[in-house]
Amino acid sequence: MSFVMATSPVKQASESGHNIHLDDIDRKIIQATQSGLALVSRPYDDIAKDIGISADEVIMRMHNMQQYGIIRRIAAVPNHYALGYKANAMTVWDVPDDRIDELGKRVGALEFVSHCYHRPRYLPGWRYNLFAMVHAHTREEALELVSRIAGLLGEDCRGHDVLFSTRILKKTGMRLIS
Amino acid sequence: MDELDRKIINVLQSGFPLSREPYAEVAAQMGITETELITRLQCLLDNKTLSRFGPMYDAQKMGGSFSLVAIKVPEEDFDAVAEVVNSYSEVAHNYQRDHKFNMWYVIATETPGQIAEVNREIEQRIGLKVFNFPKLAEYFVGLQLPV
Repeated sequence: MSFVMATSPVKQASESGHNIHLDDIDRKIIQATQSGLALVSRPYDDIAKDIGISADEVIMRMHNMQQYGIIRRIAAVPNHYALGYKANAMTVWDVPDDRIDELGKRVGALEFVSHCYHRPRYLPGWRYNLFAMVHAHTREEALELVSRIAGLLGEDCRGHDVLFSTRILKKTGMRLIS
Repeated sequence: MDELDRKIINVLQSGFPLSREPYAEVAAQMGITETELITRLQCLLDNKTLSRFGPMYDAQKMGGSFSLVAIKVPEEDFDAVAEVVNSYSEVAHNYQRDHKFNMWYVIATETPGQIAEVNREIEQRIGLKVFNFPKLAEYFVGLQLPV
């Protein structure tokens, strides 16, 4: 299996904290596109017409939102399951807190990791502070990917666990602006 | 799904232009017509090969708040607890996982305070402790699956 590297700017750890100010027009653009881009010849013209601004302004504002990372990407999102990626594992790792930023970036850069975060521990029941989602066709293949992460972490890995999803109980698109 | 569908999925996973006639632009690069691209794309969305197409917003940068939450649910109570958790519109995703922490949901609210409020309410209704796992740092989000 080979993966294409995502090239989006969110590849780096995001600078936490500050939110970019969005005005009413930005919010209307988000509202019009949050459930998807229209499949028509000039989709940004349609949005512009509804809002009462020019298509060039819609394009410019969306471009700015992309620059600031408010729009991560404009792209197609495949359905993992439909494409045969049926083994979806949340892998969790206990790594030293003072090394986690460096290690997290390296794990996140692996081509098969879709999400990688630092999250809190709950001792003594939960010792893991680094979370990385991996997607594979089979559990066997997923476990191979897990061992690649273990190899990368080396002796910084003080323990890990793999939580396969067994059932989707709920999955709704998030409404960002209602 | 044929070769052209695969090609469309792979090309569109990597991005889409902000231009007046973006479908025509991408179609031309692929050597097909704009109509063919739009028709195929509609079909891939209708048959759920693609879960969505368009801009992906980072809700946190827009001021929203998110968290991942886990619960250790006794097997016999699982479905009843899932029903309570799923009844909240703030709960966007919920997965069963094979672990003693067997329920993991993603919660999204407009303010950080609301996360704790909803979790507290869920905790009271189900009588189980909920473990909040907010992200302390994000290292990577995004994946392209070649097909």
